[in-house]
Amino acid sequence: MGLFAAQLITGLANAAALFLVASGLSLIFGVTRIVNFAHGSLYMLGAYFGVTLMQMLPGGFGFWGSVLLSGLIVGLIGVVIEICVLRPVYRAPELFQLVATFGVILVIQDLTLMIWGADDQIGPRAPGLKSVVRILGEPIPQYDLALIAITPFILLALWWLITKTRIGILVRAATQDRTMVGALGVNQSWLFTGVFFLGSALAGLGGAIQLPKGGADLLMDLNIISAVFVVVVIGGMGSIPGAFVASVLISVLNVFGVAYLPQSTLVLMYVVMAVVLLIRPYGLLGREEKGGEHGQVGEPDRPIRPAGLVGRSLVAALMVALALIPVFGSNFTQVLLTDIIIFCLFAASLQFMLSTGGLVSFGHAAYFGGGAYAAALLVTHAGTPMELAFLFAPFAAGLLAIIFGWFCIRLSGVYFAMLTLAFSQLVWSAAFQWYDVTGGDDGLVNIWPSEWLSGTTTYYYFTLIVGVGGIILLRHLTHTPLGYALRAGRDSDRQAEATGINVKLVQWTGFAVAGALAGLAGGLFVFSKGSIFPNELEIAKSFDALIVVFLGGVKTLSGGVVGAAFMDGVRDWLTRLEYWRLILGLLIIAVVIIAPNGIVGSLRKGAERLGFYRGEFSE
Amino acid sequence: MTVVLKVENLSKHFGGLRAVNGVTFDVARGELKALIGPNGAGKSTCFNMLMGQLKPSAGRVSLNGEDITGKPPRDIWRRGVGRTFQITGTYQSMTVAENVQMALISHHRKIFAIRPFAHKLYRDEALALLEIVGMADQADRACAILAYGDLKRLELAIALANNPTLLLMDEPTAGMAPKERERLMQLTADIVRDRNISVLFTEHDMDVVFAHAHHIMVLNRGELIADGTAAEVRNNAQVQEVYLGGGTLYAKEDAHA
Amino acid sequence: MLEVSGLNSFYGKAHILNDLSFTVGRGEVVALLGRNGAGKTTTMKSIMQLVHPKSGAVTFEGKDIAGYSAHRVARMGIGYVPEERRIFTDLTILENLEVGRQKPREDAPVWTVDALFEIFPNLSERRNNRGKAMSGGEQQMLTIARTLMGNPKLLLLDEPSEGIAPVIVEQMAKTILRFKREGLTVVISEQNLHFAGIVADRAIIIESGVKKFDGSFSELEKSPEIRDAYLSV
Repeated sequence: MGLFAAQLITGLANAAALFLVASGLSLIFGVTRIVNFAHGSLYMLGAYFGVTLMQMLPGGFGFWGSVLLSGLIVGLIGVVIEICVLRPVYRAPELFQLVATFGVILVIQDLTLMIWGADDQIGPRAPGLKSVVRILGEPIPQYDLALIAITPFILLALWWLITKTRIGILVRAATQDRTMVGALGVNQSWLFTGVFFLGSALAGLGGAIQLPKGGADLLMDLNIISAVFVVVVIGGMGSIPGAFVASVLISVLNVFGVAYLPQSTLVLMYVVMAVVLLIRPYGLLGREEKGGEHGQVGEPDRPIRPAGLVGRSLVAALMVALALIPVFGSNFTQVLLTDIIIFCLFAASLQFMLSTGGLVSFGHAAYFGGGAYAAALLVTHAGTPMELAFLFAPFAAGLLAIIFGWFCIRLSGVYFAMLTLAFSQLVWSAAFQWYDVTGGDDGLVNIWPSEWLSGTTTYYYFTLIVGVGGIILLRHLTHTPLGYALRAGRDSDRQAEATGINVKLVQWTGFAVAGALAGLAGGLFVFSKGSIFPNELEIAKSFDALIVVFLGGVKTLSGGVVGAAFMDGVRDWLTRLEYWRLILGLLIIAVVIIAPNGIVGSLRKGAERLGFYRGEFSE
Repeated sequence: MTVVLKVENLSKHFGGLRAVNGVTFDVARGELKALIGPNGAGKSTCFNMLMGQLKPSAGRVSLNGEDITGKPPRDIWRRGVGRTFQITGTYQSMTVAENVQMALISHHRKIFAIRPFAHKLYRDEALALLEIVGMADQADRACAILAYGDLKRLELAIALANNPTLLLMDEPTAGMAPKERERLMQLTADIVRDRNISVLFTEHDMDVVFAHAHHIMVLNRGELIADGTAAEVRNNAQVQEVYLGGGTLYAKEDAHA
Repeated sequence: MLEVSGLNSFYGKAHILNDLSFTVGRGEVVALLGRNGAGKTTTMKSIMQLVHPKSGAVTFEGKDIAGYSAHRVARMGIGYVPEERRIFTDLTILENLEVGRQKPREDAPVWTVDALFEIFPNLSERRNNRGKAMSGGEQQMLTIARTLMGNPKLLLLDEPSEGIAPVIVEQMAKTILRFKREGLTVVISEQNLHFAGIVADRAIIIESGVKKFDGSFSELEKSPEIRDAYLSV
């Protein structure tokens, strides 16, 4: 009984920071419709500023003053981000906004590294709250009790602000109809900035207030963001009370999970989320609403045609050149090209569902890593021959996509994206925690190809044939009725449904195809490296694919492949620099704001302008 | 006369609001019938229920004797109902011909085919339909750059792809210039005659309604207040009062002004 | 007070307003007439800068406001009541009014919540209800009241009588005449000629974004050919 109570209290105390971050994210989403991926970074900054301030300001007053000051500073940083990065992209498709906030994550990571260094910071304990209290015989840290006492006040204060004040009324009105609020004389850009300040400050407060329990490190940004997304999705996007209920639920669940099901703490969270969404697709306290646009804002996509003779000849020439690489190039070049081709196939599979299907997935790594793990598990545990295991990779990934797709397809826009992300985290946590089967953090090793494929050059040819074959298959599908039906559902799902097309079924199929092809890339990957680790399933891996599709050009067919080739080529050079994330982050933000058509789109526009290529769109 | 569409006691309530209340009517084969009424009278709600976008709170809709109440739009379409929207819903990223081809591909149940190139399928059929609406010369233009009137005609061609027995047209001429309106309605009337199909349409432009509709129904506050020929409706006192206006309504106020 | 000159506005690629020019004097009630799609709403939105005109000037009290953001226009004293009503359905009636509140102006009638509830008693009864379960007429009253909370000098009313029960339309006409007595300048767009004739001093007819007539209602009365050509009666 005592232990039970103690665990409950720990869970409630842990909910404090989670709630602060989640409520901030929810608030920002409610008004600006932007899912701020950098919210975890703001939380991290709050922790670092907290540590520094607490060293400078002594005593109880210093401690709590530092917490508040950290919130204020982070709030101001949020304002800078809002003005510099988000204002230019409010009218852009939501994918662009997300990519921009991902750029912010990279920038903040490196700036934090520059300022505070790579070492973890230990959080100071709160003066006056350093000891423990015995409740039912169990020791409970005083600080936990303080957190439990504070959180309801923050909830109440937020509730009062939103429901009772003029600011709150304006915020709620703007959530519903921004333009009308503007036409009534309210400066909505400052309203947005204000909301961003408040949301960011809450994240900063969350980071600082958890210091005595957790300290500060460079991984906490991405570590908290997936939990925060789970909370926001369970609670209902835009609902502050929902964020509170879900924070408590998840935190308590976590504590009990650690005690009773230590192997599945992370998985548990995502299972709960899946169950909640099955019953209430828009979260516990969320309201049904239409998802936003799927990258269809602005200039419409152009009609497509299969490549003509010139295009095919160029591709054939490129193939010949690639086939000749082993004759001239070094071993290193072949390994690099193998990596690039695999990445290109992975990106092409995402582009198929994202550009053609309008389905913005944030968790595509689940199918890449899922396929890789499926093959590796067969080899490790069943001693399956490589050929069979390799074929199993796309099959398993496709099956996974069919299962997850069934849940995801029922939602659209941001909600769809969130759910795909959560499912990928589910797969990641299974790989990470199910040590007996997956080897956890140690991964699965010694997954080598069969004798006849074992040479670098042989495997390079194998990858070239399978990888390019996969890309051509995806490209072919884009031009078939299935591909057209996907585009039809994306362009006007109303018209598609009104002309007999089962849009959800078509999208589900597209999801499964993209998953299977990502799994194929995963299969190629695992046998080229001889090992697989959970990091191939991480959020960062999913974002890698999103970013290259974006860099290449969302509204093109070859953007993913071109972007992936470009990125993998550049990365090798870029990662030699100390602060490459900073450069990459700034580059991403610049592309979003300045060249939203991406590499292929911009080249096409340039060619049109110069008269090399005439489209009906050129004016 | 054969009844194509039979609507009995159709109702839709949103909370306490009775958007459509006990509406009953028939549409006969070869008939061009208009549904008119003030904004907010329930015309769109009515249409959305007929096409399956909304589930009725009560009542029954049957098509050629078969109950289609509450079926999803794509099932109703498969039974031979074409539809055009008030705000056009075409596929912006495809060419004009491909828009029609897409509907034909669906009609021939080839959506999940993964071998042929979609742009080569049923192209001749699509061109024939575009010919009917006078859009064949624009077949290979991108849909995104079409003029508004052309989009409306394209939508009509798409709606004909499944060889419908009934066409539902929601404000077909909204946002068009007067000359274009006349052309589109004449085209619709010709199609009704040549193919012996039925059309039910809503419309704001009374010139269009009185010039082309065989029968006119008037909806007001969710209830049908008139159903008859143009002359009958024009002379109906209640219709004049709530919708067409007769100049008597403001007599009292005129005295003030 | 308001001068629109050489206005050209586009919606996507469609050329909606074509060199449109007209003026509105202080204290005047002007009716913009024309069919559906003639460009009345776009004219309103172009004045409000919700649609930024491609060329031409919108001069309000001597200042060219073309290119301003909508909230600046609203703060200068132009109140806008959109055709689609667009009330905030998640907010109560009182909260809806609060969104529209601005400081009183010296040269414009000053409105308070109580004064507005006196004009629109239906709203008063349901002041703490959310906007969801309101009828079209009540929604229309709420949008007008909400805009008046900004104490505007010039009121733009886009199709106030559309889709509203005749009894309420009658009430609406009385209300607009009352605004006029209070000294408010009003521009209304209408399809209902009778309604417009009662409340407005002057009629401007537009068709396909071009001005076809600008004069008093008695002049319009004398030229039925204009009426028949451009208005659907």
